[in-house]
Amino acid sequence: MAGLGYACLLLALGVCAYGIVASVYGVRAGRPEFSDSGRRAVYALAGVLTVAFVVLEVAFLRNDFAFNTVADTSSRTTPLFYRAAAVWSSQEGSLLLWAWLLSLWASGAVFLTRKRMRDVTAYAQAVLLGLAGFFVSLMVFYADPFATTRPAPPEGAGLDPLLRFPTMMIHPPMLYSGYTLCTIPLAFGIGALLARRVDADWIKAIRRFAFAGWLFLGIGILLGARWSYSELGWGGYWGWDAVENASLMPWLTATAFLHSLMIQEKRGMLKVWNVSLVLATGTLAIMGTFLVRSGVLNSIHAFGGATLGVPFVCLIAALIAGSIYLVVSRRDMLRSENKLDSLLSRESIFLINNLVLVGLCFVIFWGTYFPLISEAVTGHESSVGPPWFDRYTVPLALILVLLSGIGPVIAWRRASLANARRNFLVPTAVALGTAAVLLLAGLGHKPFAVTMFCCAAFVFASVGQKFYRGTRARRAMAGEPVPVALLGLVRRNRRRYGGYIVHLGIAVLFIGVAASSSFQHASELQLKPGQSTRVGAYTVRYVRPTASITPKYDRAHTGSTMALGAEVDVTKGGKHVATLNPSQGYYASQEPSQGTVGSLIGGQAVSHVAIDGGVTRDIWSAISPEIEAPALKRIVAAGNRTLGPEQAPVALLYLVRSYLKSPPPANFHFIVSPLVMWIWVGGLIVFIGGLIALWPAPSTIRARVAARARSRAPQRLARV
Amino acid sequence: MAVAVTICALALFAVIVLVVSAPLRQAAARRAGVAGAESDALQAGPWAERERLEVAREVKYREIRDAELDYRTGKLSEDDYRQLDAELRGEALQILDALEAAGVTPTDASGARSRSRRKGRRRRPSSD
Repeated sequence: MAGLGYACLLLALGVCAYGIVASVYGVRAGRPEFSDSGRRAVYALAGVLTVAFVVLEVAFLRNDFAFNTVADTSSRTTPLFYRAAAVWSSQEGSLLLWAWLLSLWASGAVFLTRKRMRDVTAYAQAVLLGLAGFFVSLMVFYADPFATTRPAPPEGAGLDPLLRFPTMMIHPPMLYSGYTLCTIPLAFGIGALLARRVDADWIKAIRRFAFAGWLFLGIGILLGARWSYSELGWGGYWGWDAVENASLMPWLTATAFLHSLMIQEKRGMLKVWNVSLVLATGTLAIMGTFLVRSGVLNSIHAFGGATLGVPFVCLIAALIAGSIYLVVSRRDMLRSENKLDSLLSRESIFLINNLVLVGLCFVIFWGTYFPLISEAVTGHESSVGPPWFDRYTVPLALILVLLSGIGPVIAWRRASLANARRNFLVPTAVALGTAAVLLLAGLGHKPFAVTMFCCAAFVFASVGQKFYRGTRARRAMAGEPVPVALLGLVRRNRRRYGGYIVHLGIAVLFIGVAASSSFQHASELQLKPGQSTRVGAYTVRYVRPTASITPKYDRAHTGSTMALGAEVDVTKGGKHVATLNPSQGYYASQEPSQGTVGSLIGGQAVSHVAIDGGVTRDIWSAISPEIEAPALKRIVAAGNRTLGPEQAPVALLYLVRSYLKSPPPANFHFIVSPLVMWIWVGGLIVFIGGLIALWPAPSTIRARVAARARSRAPQRLARV
Repeated sequence: MAVAVTICALALFAVIVLVVSAPLRQAAARRAGVAGAESDALQAGPWAERERLEVAREVKYREIRDAELDYRTGKLSEDDYRQLDAELRGEALQILDALEAAGVTPTDASGARSRSRRKGRRRRPSSD
């Protein structure tokens, strides 16, 4: 089967090469049949890469260790659930996933635009095929997912235990979908510039793809944060890791673009800015992929020791140089058709919002790439940590949240001062009221958090006011009951009200971020059974040790050979709050020198975090037992000396008994963070709002709206 | 096994060739069957212009609706709304005139089809 997979890659490479030539020839020579043929090459690419992906997925599910990538990242003890996801845990598999998703999204894009802007689409499909061809080339020449070893090893190394987490099943596909969807606006932007059609047409054609890319990237980022919080033993959800930053940067520029494109659609303004944002977003998506795969980073998210840096640098350089050339050479066509009517208008707010978002992106770009460049030049490893990022990003985030409340209450083109006063009255009063309550509650020592809460309150009030007034207006017009009017309002104005819901979600999310980072209590200490400590208002007591062996009894169902943990009782004011069971999972290694028993637990040790989540706070706990305690080491050593591979698990039984009978002191990490849940709830609200904005109107509704509008439009227009 | 893989790969290659070459074969058949068959040229200026105008019309309709919603939700005063609405409707009429001018001289059958479709919806305001 490996041969079929590799043949698919070769076919894909050929399809890409043909499709590029056919598309460009078709549009240059005015031969639409060649461009159509190029479009079909995109579909064929999707088909052939689907076959390749299925071949690899089947190899993982069947434990076919003849495939090098299966042997390196899976094993028989890896649960089926995670074996299916192990495909994208390797460099080779993730490249295939990237190319496959790109081919699927590209097929969707060229299919939906096949009857419009055919010249732009022809160039766009050439760009998309070029990008897909690049990734297929990497697989063919550098990282073949179908490379095999004969005879096949009897067992694989297993999936990295850190990746055995449910959201890891969907985090990479979401992130990659976001990245690949971001390349679709890039391709159409280049197509529009090449075809010299830089009006609102191409913006309209790719708006949904840009929005979908933004949404998927956002979900991917949030799932990654959730994984970091629930799986990695440090208790945080965002560490300003270079790979995290790499995914955030295109999300920020895409957010800016989604706002500024409305100005181009409505007013024919900001053409240079928009096309630059699109090109930057696509390029940043590729740069994000580069960071993970180039081997320049030593991150948990990166594929260490990778050697794909040079091809990626060449691609990025070509994208940047090509983008600059195209924008500069088409600058005459990119002139704005209109000017700002008023500084007090939604256009102005969007402009400021764009500057803040791009500023935020620049700060993150600098903090992420400068250490890498500095290291490349000076040879000294350097990095900037969270305090550096926080110094610049916190004030910008505050402005951003505030703007997301101001935007909805300002009208397009012009807003009079009297109207602005009336619209700002309630949100400002709510924000000031929130500030007064928080200051009276004694939270003045956390000015950034208090300011963020006030900004979020402003957003709630402004968005709430929009929904209230919109519903009231609809009731006045149609005489509908409130729920029907509200639903009708959102259904008829999905993009607008979906966007407002997204703003609401962002405000909720930032409340969670501000509260959890400013009012967190943490404690790292060693405890023996019976001992207790205080974490914030809570008392935590190490009640007794817990242990389990064999994957069957593994609480987290991650396939660990053995887990050692603790039962922890949490009380507040003498009342029982929760019982937590953090543990540490031990995984088998493929290192025979560790002995028959040692190799059963000699792999990576991973924290199985225990969390008592709630609306107001999370109590987070992790444990790191002393596996190197003399009594436990003696059992392992004795087992190694006397037991063969078949009997080795017996030693684990003794080890577990010893741990339960006389547990050594264990290192605990406890964190009490307020309002963490609201980060995930905010993300969910953003997701729902995004779906509403993205979802097309049902055809029946569209038809009804159209019929009603047809009957009214002549009279309405005749009033002019 | 190797033979089966080779057969699968060849079959896949044949399918790709069939799929990708279909437009070329159809164009060749058209050229052979119908002398002087109309070509659906990619860079036909009038069609590009019409597409641009259709997008502009939809955007303008949306602007009219947005302005009305802004007025009804208190973001625009009545005077501002009247003035803005008049401006937008004037711009919409200009687009409709231009569209009418671009649409009266279709040069191929697909243009006629899309014109007839457009006729039914030309005054439809944009929806999400």
